[in-house]
Amino acid sequence: MTTRLTEEPTGLLFDDRSLYSVKLESFEGPLDLLLHLIRKNELNIYDIPIADITRQYLEYIQLMEELNLEVAGEFLVMASTLLQIKSRLLLPTASDEEGNEEEEDPRAELVRRLLEYQRYKAASLLLRERDLLGRETFARKFDPPDLIDLAPDEGPLELELFQLIDAFRKLLAKMPEAAIHQVAADTMSIADRITQVLAFIVDRGTALFDELFDEGCNRELLVVTFLAILELCKLRMINIVQDERYGSILLTPAVIAEPDDPEGVELNG
Amino acid sequence: MVDLKQIVESLIFVSDAPLFLDRICVLLEEYERGEIREALMALTADYRLRGGAIILAEVGGGYQFRTLPEYAEYLKRLTKSRPPKFSQSALETLAIVAYRQPITRAEVEYLRGVDCGGVLKSCLEKRLVRILGKKDVPGRPLIYGTTKEFLELFSLRDLASLPTLKEVQALGERPPDEEQQELPLGMEEEVENGEE
Repeated sequence: MTTRLTEEPTGLLFDDRSLYSVKLESFEGPLDLLLHLIRKNELNIYDIPIADITRQYLEYIQLMEELNLEVAGEFLVMASTLLQIKSRLLLPTASDEEGNEEEEDPRAELVRRLLEYQRYKAASLLLRERDLLGRETFARKFDPPDLIDLAPDEGPLELELFQLIDAFRKLLAKMPEAAIHQVAADTMSIADRITQVLAFIVDRGTALFDELFDEGCNRELLVVTFLAILELCKLRMINIVQDERYGSILLTPAVIAEPDDPEGVELNG
Repeated sequence: MVDLKQIVESLIFVSDAPLFLDRICVLLEEYERGEIREALMALTADYRLRGGAIILAEVGGGYQFRTLPEYAEYLKRLTKSRPPKFSQSALETLAIVAYRQPITRAEVEYLRGVDCGGVLKSCLEKRLVRILGKKDVPGRPLIYGTTKEFLELFSLRDLASLPTLKEVQALGERPPDEEQQELPLGMEEEVENGEE
């Protein structure tokens, strides 16, 4: 374990000549940089000398630019926020008719954000120190293929949209390039496909995701089918589950289908 | 003589994922829930008292046998898998989502002061974060929360067992030992950053 590579002498930023000897610590963002500056200068976070901190902040950004580091837009936004606060501090406090000068300190929001960010940064360090599965602690592992045989009646997992889209992307990738000469004369509407898909699922009781995409079907039908599945799911007509982690995706009817109702499906939800 | 404690032990041993009390109750319908819970507690104590390499841990709401950190070095040789590693931005994002869920991307970004689209996306892909739904405000932004996998990975029983967020002392106030505590943390983080 190495320790911190460079220990910055305090006040270094005020000395232009030594700037290049500084190894720039990487900051997670403008709030992180501000906290660093506050800590380094031992400032009271509730009473930040905005002019000072703004100057140091801008020097840092300038340094980053000189070193050809990419300065993210957020840093610039914060720079303008600082300048705005600074200019508001220069204005005389607007007192209302009753001579009430209870106006919020222009720095208040920034201070709140800094304190809150500091809390979550501390929390992230606590997370980092936990016993991580696969790093400090280990559990027994199973090969997924074995599990499918061992536990077919394992309760269905809820499916993440990501997994569904992944499955669809795999199908799309398998498709040959669309034939160029194809003239699309309205092949199939989503509404029609919804009816078909639903009928198929209800008929079978359970359908495999892949089953709904016939081998011979074209790209357009693929998309229409996928949209139909999403729509059915949104309408809560079907459930989409995965029988195991990374297992095949299953579609089941959500309710006992009422056969005379598929037309009632609303498409533009 | 088959004892409930041993039955539960065998179930947890063979299960591929943390086994929930509810699930054990379904499997062992001939036993009372209270008995099963007691057996789990007794089993947890047994493993701890035994002083072996394995403990019965409660993670993500379920029970799972896990090895103690002391043996990690040797287990890494066995599994040959790369240990999970997190960038500081991923950890901050996860921390914010964990403590503040349900939360929108814009709220995470406000708290961190930086764009979090990329890091949220990879947290979603790694299934540490999931979409809980949409917030009922104009624009209907997606709201995010952490997953069971998040709890399992970070060895957390549930969200309530996340370490408490202490009201962090204001930096400037500097009670005598505050500055002392602040420094080691800051250094450690930079060291880890340097490795990545």
